[in-house]
Amino acid sequence: MSFEHIVYSVESGVALLSLNRPQSLNSFNEAMHLEVREAFKRIKKDKQVRVLVLTGEGRGFCAGQDLSDRNVDPTAESPDLGLSIDKFYNPLIKAIQDLPMPVICAVNGVAAGAGANIPLACDLILAARSAKFIQAFCKIGLVPDSGGTWFLPRLVGMAKAKEMALLGGAVTAESALEMGLINRVEEDDELREKALELARSLATQPTQGLAYIKRALNQSFDHGLDEHLELERDLQRLAGQTKDYREGVAAFMAKRAPEFIGE
Amino acid sequence: MLESTYELLHVYPPVKGVQHIQLHRPDALNALNTQLLGELATVLGLAETDDSIRAVVLSGSKRAFAAGADIKEMADRDLVGILKDPRQQSWLAITQFSKPLIAAVNGYCLGGGCELAMHADILIAGKDAQFGQPEINLGIMPGAGGTQRLVRAVGKSLAMQMVLTGQAISAQQAKEAGLISEITQPELTLQRATDIATTIAQKSPLAVRLAKEAILKGMDTDLATGLRFERHAFTVLAGTEDRNEGIKAFLEKRPPVFSGR
Repeated sequence: MSFEHIVYSVESGVALLSLNRPQSLNSFNEAMHLEVREAFKRIKKDKQVRVLVLTGEGRGFCAGQDLSDRNVDPTAESPDLGLSIDKFYNPLIKAIQDLPMPVICAVNGVAAGAGANIPLACDLILAARSAKFIQAFCKIGLVPDSGGTWFLPRLVGMAKAKEMALLGGAVTAESALEMGLINRVEEDDELREKALELARSLATQPTQGLAYIKRALNQSFDHGLDEHLELERDLQRLAGQTKDYREGVAAFMAKRAPEFIGE
Repeated sequence: MLESTYELLHVYPPVKGVQHIQLHRPDALNALNTQLLGELATVLGLAETDDSIRAVVLSGSKRAFAAGADIKEMADRDLVGILKDPRQQSWLAITQFSKPLIAAVNGYCLGGGCELAMHADILIAGKDAQFGQPEINLGIMPGAGGTQRLVRAVGKSLAMQMVLTGQAISAQQAKEAGLISEITQPELTLQRATDIATTIAQKSPLAVRLAKEAILKGMDTDLATGLRFERHAFTVLAGTEDRNEGIKAFLEKRPPVFSGR
């Protein structure tokens, strides 16, 4: 399958997946969903890939669902919006969360609707200074989806989450940083390079260990302390079996720089 | 450390009384064809009389415990062919295995695979496991206990839903319903199942065998009969050396050493 609606490349351990429908602010139609799904399949299969960078082409990151795919005829039966969520958005959010490697989102411009929530499923979020996060759902009678109502309270607290979701105002990159919604703000023209730089350094780290860290943190809000301590024990047991753990300890003892292979 | 003369199974030598059998048909998501079921029946038959084996752990791969029966094989059978189906004998041998069987389930556990897992006494599943009986989608129905064991494990509503819609349930749902007893991180499912089997393997094999039999007996009989069987089994154990050792060790505050007599 060759890609038309996304750009996908792999270089020095870093997969770059860029949404590529700039004429409609990279909003999702079915074809783009299918290509993103295919890219994730390749990432999972490709042993070379140790970090994923998710970004967009043009001036927007992603404007969510392409509404021209969704003509609501006032005389027809109500559409079932649950179908495309079940089929595309939810599996995408789960795929990002379950990917056994760090996922960096480089939000290069407007992030609206599902496009504002897909970054929140990622592990590290860098945003261009001009980027804006807009929970636009409430303006058309809908509910934030793609995990929005789940991620927001966890990231910024309930008060801010409700403000964003109920009022649907644009949140600048600066205030997103202040709120703890994202990790860094970069100048527009430097964003992609900064994200790739961070990705390249992460690609030299113990990927399997990072995957376990990600798993533990992603589940932390859903567990009581006892259950979570058990999860940490289990994941540490697994981490202790990795080649990179041995290498890490050996390098530390020998006072040399470790060479991690990600396994 | 593999002692396998089997084509579709990996059979490992027992460790601390636990034998690990891994379904191994990677190109077909461990779909249960006649050969695989036959091999499994053979291995369990050998394990039945091997005193060095006190419990068996059954696992599949990371992607699938077993994704169903072999549909291609099934397509070639007409009514008479199904009537003479050699698989019935294999299922029977698996059903009659008298030692504890623990299933470590990851990934797809569907159709015949789900039925096989339900033959196990204890089911441990990774959190990504999926259990389902999708036979209805092919215009057929479960034929190896799916309509019987499932309802006993999860109750009528969920069993009907699974069997009639063909839709699978998650490990979480399976645990809530009582189909499985524990959920683990997928990489640790086998280890956890093996830990449980190892614990059981330290017990008196006679007590374990009769306790298993009593539970299974109770599941398909009325309470009075089940209680009567339990009492008889309990009484039989009174005549074993292991019972004397167990009680003596408890009173002497030391771990028991069971001989199996």
